[in-house]
This record gives sequence, structure tokens and C-alpha cells, in this order.
Amino acid sequence: MARRLLSRLGLRFVAFGYLTIILVGPLAIVFWRTFEDGFAPAWDALTTPETIHAFKLTLIITAIAVPVNTVFGIVAALAIVRKRFPGKGVLNAFIDLPLALSPVVVGLALFLLYGREGWLGGWLDQHDIQFLFALPSMVVATIFVSLPFVAREVVPTLQEIGDEQEQAARTLGANGLQTFWRITLPSIRWAVIYGVILTTARCLGEYGAVAVVSGRLQGQTETATLRVQERYDAFDLAGAYAISIALALLAILVLVAMTVIRPRGKTI
Amino acid sequence: MVGLPIAALVFEATSEGSRSFWDAVSSPEAVSALKITLGTSFAVTLLNGVLGTITAWVLVRDDFRGKSVVNAIIDLPFALPTIVAGLTLLALYGPTSPIGINVAFTKASIVLAMMFVTLPFVVRTVQPVLEELDPEIEQAAHSLGASNFKTFRRVIFPALLPGILSGLALAFAKAVGEFGSLVIITGNIPFDTEVSAVYIYGRIESGDSTAAAAAAVVLLAISFGTLLSIGVIRTFATRHDRG
Repeated sequence: MARRLLSRLGLRFVAFGYLTIILVGPLAIVFWRTFEDGFAPAWDALTTPETIHAFKLTLIITAIAVPVNTVFGIVAALAIVRKRFPGKGVLNAFIDLPLALSPVVVGLALFLLYGREGWLGGWLDQHDIQFLFALPSMVVATIFVSLPFVAREVVPTLQEIGDEQEQAARTLGANGLQTFWRITLPSIRWAVIYGVILTTARCLGEYGAVAVVSGRLQGQTETATLRVQERYDAFDLAGAYAISIALALLAILVLVAMTVIRPRGKTI
Repeated sequence: MVGLPIAALVFEATSEGSRSFWDAVSSPEAVSALKITLGTSFAVTLLNGVLGTITAWVLVRDDFRGKSVVNAIIDLPFALPTIVAGLTLLALYGPTSPIGINVAFTKASIVLAMMFVTLPFVVRTVQPVLEELDPEIEQAAHSLGASNFKTFRRVIFPALLPGILSGLALAFAKAVGEFGSLVIITGNIPFDTEVSAVYIYGRIESGDSTAAAAAAVVLLAISFGTLLSIGVIRTFATRHDRG
């Protein structure tokens, strides 16, 4: 019995050590370094016009990308679970690709497609639409990397609830839209909300893909995460830390929301 | 949305014929970056496999105060922007380290950063499987005289294997493509700490999009392969259940 207790404590020690070395320790140091001289310097670093602009830009991109991906995620999940169509397997595989793909590769693919010599770049150029190094390309890049989250949450829930209630609604004379609003959406709403939270976290934190397509023009196409790197490169560690802490607080907020509504036994 | 950009990428990589594609892929810097990427990703995957499984076990079977907080912290790397992850690791393990450990600009820093961003994957795929596994089976093994290690190897491990493997595959894919957390802490020294994603970014910056696209196609193939293997693991695991 004593040996089992010992091994239990040993394993606990290993797990705690692992989390402390990799996660908690580094974050604690940054918190400490940021507020070592009090709250004021951190606040000053956060409220420079460029930094405020960067946060605004991040929020604008997130505000566009999250609703788009929510609608797409629900539609894609419905198509995958409820419909039969040619190419379904391909759609299923493609939906997970943004999860496994390097953000830099995503950025490059968009860069090549919309660049001056790209397939769509010429058309955009002729119509005087500034796509690359501007908001549109950054939105598209963010949508790409955060594409799968809503669909991945909704698919298992849809499979679990089955379609009997939907069929019942239909036989009682409800049309497709009514069935969706009254029956399907209420039963998947927690999965949708959970997916939206994950999508939001991914959008706020996106770095690699946006770094490639934005051209990182200070005060124009610089998001909060790009601003962290810019401050670091300019040897303004205090500034980089302050923005990092603000982003980390957002992440912790997301974490709290995730914990509160995490579906049972849910994996990432 | 997803298909067209990727088609454009593959087209750019191969537009000047397979020879120049091969030249770009096999340029010394690209090969070195890919080797470093695969080597570190592999090490990270193994480390996370062991430590992640232990952490999942502690979270499910052990009982201590503040367990729900520890459980929530696991998801932090997922919610935290990668660039912030890199910066925080540099604060503790960089030149200004308060504990005197400086691994910045070495391969160890790559491993550290990749471990940070892939930490949740193994834990979160193993945890639900372990939750469903009845502790009485373990107790039965113990009462029949099996040691801790034997119980783990013969009873727990086989049940967890599909979960561990698909968690590892996800972690591997994420590690191979990692960029944001590496740009600050690794220093991006070619032939030493430059990984493929950073190499691709460098090629784009210097306007050599054909070389960037060629290296990107290699990463794309690795991502596809990993996704495919996760699919195979899932199919195998569910067939195992039914049989």
C-alpha cells in the first residue's frame, strides 16, 4: 500500500513539474516582469496609438471572422452529418486541414493566390482592390486558420442527437427553416457556443498567416500579435510584455468560458 | 476557401518544372531546416506522449485540492497566442533568466516552445478514454498480484493506445508547422535553429516565392499524411471496439 501511495505521489510530482516548467513558470515570470515597476508603465505601453490601433485591428478581424466561421461551421456540420453528396469524404478531410497545416504555409498559399501574379491577383489589381497587405487578406487568412472549430464541435453533437426529432417536425408540417430554428439549433447550441469560443481564441492569437499576408505596416496592418514581435525587435521589452499580458488575460478569459461550458468528456 | 489557395501553392511550386522544384526542396538550407523540424518535432512528440499520459492519469485517477484549476490550465497553450508563448518562455529560459538557465537560440529552445504549444493534445485525447476505463479493472490486476508497472503495461496502456497515438499525431502535425512561438526564442540561425516554417517565412520575405512554395508543399504533404494516419487510427480503434 505504501508503495502505491509513493508512486501516486511520484506521478503527481512529475505532472506538476511538467506543467510548471512548461506553462506556469514562464507566464508567472512575465506577469512579474510586467508589473515589477507598478501598474503605470504597463498601462503607458498599452495605450500608445500604434498599440491601440493594433488591438482595434485584431478585434475588427475577429468580429468578421467569427460570425463567418460560425455560419460556415454549422452548415458544413449539417452537410457532413445529415446529407449524402459526392465529395463528402473530401470535404470531411479538408475541414481538418487548417488544424494540421502550418500557418506560414496558409499565409503563403493566400499570398500566391492573391498576389499580383496570382490567379485572382490580376483581377483584383484591374479593379483597384487592395487585397494583400490590407484588411481583406488578413480577414481571409484568419478565417482559414480558424475554419474547423465550430464544425468539429457541432458534428459529434448532431450525430448524437440523431434526426428523429427533425423528422417528427417535418411530418407535423414544419418547413426546413422552421425545423432548423426550432429543433436543430436549440439542441446544438452549446456545441456552437463552445466552437465559437475556440474560434475566437484562435482569431485573437493568429500570428503566422497574418504575418505573411499583412506586410506588417506599422499603424496600418499590424495586429496585436504582430505588435508584440515589433516591440520585441525594437528592444522595447516592457511594451512587448504589456501587450502579451493583455493577450494572456484575454486567453484566460477564454479559458474560464471554456471550463464553464465544456461539454462532458470533450477533446480538442 | 481552402482548396484554391492550396492549388495555387502547389502550382507555384511546380510551375518551373519538377527539376527546379526538386532543386528548391533539396537546397542545403531547406534540407537542414526540414531535418531540424522533424527531429525536434519527433522528440517533442515522444516527451509529450510520456508526460501527457502521466498528466492525464493524474487528472483522472488522482485526487487533490485545486484539481479543477490544474485541469483548466491544460488548455492555456491552446488559448494563448503563440507569439506570447515564445516571449514568456524567453523570459524564463532566455538571457535575462532569473533562474540562470539560458537556452535561447539553441535546439533546446525549439523543443521547449514546441512542447508548450502541443501540451494539450495528448492530455486531452487520453483523458476521456481513461475516464471511461473502469478503475476496478486496475484494482483487479493489483489484487491478482500485478505490479504498478505491469498493470500499466498490460491493462491501461493497451486501452489508451489509440487515444495516445491520435494525440501524438495531432501534436506532431502542430509541432512541424509551428511558427509563432519559435521566431523569438530560437534566433532562427540557418543550419542550427531554423525550422521549416521559419525558413519558408524567410524565403517569402526575400521574394523567393518559388523556393518558399516548394518547402511549403513538403510541409503540406506531412500535414496530409498525419491527418490520414489519424483517420486510420480512428477507424482501427472503432473496429476494435465492435470486434
